[in-house]
Amino acid sequence: MAISPSEATLIVGATPRRSRFQIDKTVIIAYAFIAPAVFGFLIFYLLPTFRAIYISFTDWNLLRIPKVVGWANYDRLIHDKNFWASMWITLLYVIYNIPPQLVFGLVLAVLLQRISKSVTFRSLFLAPYLLSNVIVAMLWFWTLDPILGFGNAVLGWFGIGPIAFFNSQNLALLTIAAVNTWRHTGFTALLFYTGLQNIPHDVYEAARIEGASPLRQFWSITLPLLRPTIAFVLVTSVIGSFQIFDTIAVTTMGGPANATQTIVWYVYQNAFASSRMGYASAMSVVLFLFLIVISLIQMRVLRSGESDLK
Amino acid sequence: MNTSETSSNPWGHRIGLAVLIILAVVSLLPIWIAVKTAFTDTGAIYTSASSLLPKDATLFNFQRVLGLANPADPRLAKSGLGKIDFLRALLNSLIFTTMVVVPQIFFSAMAAFAFARLKFPGRNLIFFLFITATMIPGAVLFIPNFILMKELGWLNTFQGMAAPYALMTPFSIFFLRQMFLGTPAELEEAAHIDGAGILTIFFKIMLPLHTGSLATLTILTSIAMWNEFFWPFLIGRDPAVQVMAVAINSFRTQSAAGTPDWTGLMACTVLGIIPVALLLIFFGRKVVESIQFSGGK
Repeated sequence: MAISPSEATLIVGATPRRSRFQIDKTVIIAYAFIAPAVFGFLIFYLLPTFRAIYISFTDWNLLRIPKVVGWANYDRLIHDKNFWASMWITLLYVIYNIPPQLVFGLVLAVLLQRISKSVTFRSLFLAPYLLSNVIVAMLWFWTLDPILGFGNAVLGWFGIGPIAFFNSQNLALLTIAAVNTWRHTGFTALLFYTGLQNIPHDVYEAARIEGASPLRQFWSITLPLLRPTIAFVLVTSVIGSFQIFDTIAVTTMGGPANATQTIVWYVYQNAFASSRMGYASAMSVVLFLFLIVISLIQMRVLRSGESDLK
Repeated sequence: MNTSETSSNPWGHRIGLAVLIILAVVSLLPIWIAVKTAFTDTGAIYTSASSLLPKDATLFNFQRVLGLANPADPRLAKSGLGKIDFLRALLNSLIFTTMVVVPQIFFSAMAAFAFARLKFPGRNLIFFLFITATMIPGAVLFIPNFILMKELGWLNTFQGMAAPYALMTPFSIFFLRQMFLGTPAELEEAAHIDGAGILTIFFKIMLPLHTGSLATLTILTSIAMWNEFFWPFLIGRDPAVQVMAVAINSFRTQSAAGTPDWTGLMACTVLGIIPVALLLIFFGRKVVESIQFSGGK
């Protein structure tokens, strides 16, 4: 994602400035071209970020004018058991969700690379990712319904169940993680597949001449050379997973007994069910800082900026 | 197409193909179950849970969620059927998607062109800020943005739902900038020497040259907006403006106490999938390749 300074930039109509006080016409046109986008960026990205920080220092229910309360919301957050429980549940969700997604995605990508490069296969696997989160949640809510669902009927043939996947304190979070793994695996595989295409064939050729087994080739060539792709997938999917909301809103609504009360669901509840805008904003700011730290650690560990390919 | 390592080991190839086919079935099975249920008579779902084909196949579920059933139809009087005007919701999704996609692609193309081809002070800094905006989590933005919409009186309006997406997204600008950077410069230089201004170069050369990329981005953004839930859920819950995903969610929570209206819900779900499925069937290669691109660089 970094902008490389060496990228060729072509300059149209750039004439040298004649005087210090005369602004080039091209510059004015250029600013006019970016003006709508800059406006959108300021109004809906940059200013709201600062406003969220400001609101986090206030007590505000949207009815009165906000009252500045200093660090009170952050103080409250530190002592709020539910906040830490939500962070923990979210972390568990990420742990349930990300490793299977990466492993299945990688296996699928290698299979696609070796067995069939057809676009039809790739679009079939991408299909779940192109569906709305709400639709995906409904599909599985129905398939896993304990009374009438197809999934439980099939389990019944093997004498298992019925299992109330979404309504069990132990299984609800795992089930939601599995549903999102189902939705994202094809997408992850597609990104890995692109990374695999970029590994030059002669590296494998050389390894085979040296007598390296396919498994050895995978560990010593494929994985290391795929590292930048793995880093990108990991960072973006972890950021996304920490913000899980849609599936929970449609299926468990934080239940049963808060078993799926993830952090964004808890923030949403505070903001819209309890009208605690200040407190909800404080939690979102903490989540933001937390995500920045996690992303930096991941990028550092995986040395995402550099490739082993020369 | 076989690479040497696979053809030297036919059994490995066969097992790999079998695994691929099984995974493809897993990807598609829940969608098929929804299709089956949508065509199943409501009374028959109690006896056809494990069936792969609809029992007492009927179009009635689609008719009733779309409000096209005869009001005198005795099947409408059955208990447990939800109330929904899904035709309205589909229309709302179409309006919302159009209101976002058309201006977003146009304004993003203008900005992307400036970033790729024009020189102006602050260019790299502004572009860098745009890219870092992708890192700001939606969880931070939704409260202040909701409050802004409330202050503008834009709750339960299409402009309130569309506004945050309509002027730009960092992804659209990044995507189009890459495309514009990839064009040979000679065309523009020639046009410039012929006295063409920047506007002419943008509208008469750049946009026509990149219709393919613009179409791809239009497809990707349309799918994303058609599927969007969280923001429309916050801003537009009124049935008059609620979009497809919000309507399905409120339809399902209607029957929180009893058994949900599964056949009606699955009819809505299938209707919500159809536009995406059509895009994937007709533009599969474009969609797949552009999504590969979006993560590849």
